Amino acid sequence: MKALPFIVLLLGSLLTISALLIWVERRLLGQWQERYGPNRVGPGGILQTAADVIKLLTKEDWIPPFADKTVFILAPAVVVSAVLLSFAVVPFGPSLVVADLNIGILFLLAVSSLSAYSIVLAGWASNSKYALIGGLRGAAQMFSYEVYMGLSLMGVVMLAGSFRLRDIVEAQQNLWFCIPQLLGVGIFFIAALAETHRLPFDIPEAEAELVAGYHTEYSGMKFGLFFLGEYLGIVLMSSLIVILFFGGWQGPWLPPLVWFGTKTVVVMMLFLLMRATFPRPRFDQLIAFGWTIMLPATLINLLVTAAVILMNRHDVS
Amino acid sequence: MTVLFYLSASVAVLATLLFVVASNTVHALLNLIVSFVAIALILLLLGAPFAAALEIIIYAGAIMVLFVFVIMMLHMGPTSVDQERRRLGFRIWWGPAVLALILVAEVGFLIVTGGVTAESGPRPVGPKEVGLVLLGPYVLGVELASILLLPGILGAYYLGRRRREGP
Repeated sequence: MKALPFIVLLLGSLLTISALLIWVERRLLGQWQERYGPNRVGPGGILQTAADVIKLLTKEDWIPPFADKTVFILAPAVVVSAVLLSFAVVPFGPSLVVADLNIGILFLLAVSSLSAYSIVLAGWASNSKYALIGGLRGAAQMFSYEVYMGLSLMGVVMLAGSFRLRDIVEAQQNLWFCIPQLLGVGIFFIAALAETHRLPFDIPEAEAELVAGYHTEYSGMKFGLFFLGEYLGIVLMSSLIVILFFGGWQGPWLPPLVWFGTKTVVVMMLFLLMRATFPRPRFDQLIAFGWTIMLPATLINLLVTAAVILMNRHDVS
Repeated sequence: MTVLFYLSASVAVLATLLFVVASNTVHALLNLIVSFVAIALILLLLGAPFAAALEIIIYAGAIMVLFVFVIMMLHMGPTSVDQERRRLGFRIWWGPAVLALILVAEVGFLIVTGGVTAESGPRPVGPKEVGLVLLGPYVLGVELASILLLPGILGAYYLGRRRREGP
């Protein structure tokens, strides 16, 4: 049980980081839109999320009488547990990993595909029109984007020759995979945006047209869990991008964890910047973009990568 | 290990049973998802992590989301729950139940007489080995599956095509 303190520490810091991320996002959005953002609670407003959590916890826990009660309660728990489970295989440093599975990437894909249920079930269980439309959109988006999310990672797997995330980081000793997999990193970043439902892919929520989409009927800490799941998802996807394409913890002079943290924060800021930059596309545009542009691009990337690897191998031919 | 196996196996059996008898379709599907996860756990315990991951990615992650999607589109209300409940009367399920009981008795007999022998201590099989076997001796099966998928895609395209004017 040597891993137990590490797991507890990891959970604690993940929750703190995602709470801080909410504040950072609101402040940065404010700056980019020429307003202040939350700056009242604590120094610079840093305790705003803590105040929000207290507010959410003390609110009435309201379940609509027309909702399917069991599924309604289950849905927000699914997303948070799925995302937290994914962190089990993420290596934060050479030995800082909970479970070093030899199918690390597949485990991540499997668990993140389960988190799709939380949106679909929340939409269905709420038993209201806006939530149902949000849930349907979420399901359709998941289908379209998970296909090439998995495929875009296969180039990295081919280059590293392993599904194990630590092997992938170690294979980037000389060259980060973002150079040979330039297309792959772009595709994966877009898929990660879709996976975490961030603008421009927040079609299941779409405040402007669907009230709040799949979590319209949610209030109190159940709503808070959806929120938490979204931000934990950003942390997860950013660390994955760093591990798979930007050399993970590797870097000169500084200790590994510092490198990992710095790179992840940069990618997280990119996620936030996307929200401030892009308008929301129409739903059919989004699906068409996925199937007609992203999927062929992913397949071409896969083919070219495989061909180049085969050409450079001297033991065959 | 044995305890874990029996635990996940009983979860799988129980969830599948609940899946069959549930009158609410979405609840039934949720139970089926739990059963898939339990089966993935069993595969993991048997030393087949690759198959376990695929079980969750393909069955629990893709196919069942599709099912839930379709059922959400059909929007089953309380009427369909009542209908389903009436349909699950004794007359419907006694036949399959008897057939299933025969199989259960058969398995029980084999276990008691020691006819079931799994290879002792299965060796873990990594993803690489599975890939080599799939593209080696079993390449014909993989190709046949892809031929099967192609008409599926073409058929979906045909059904979903945009019709011109006229009937």
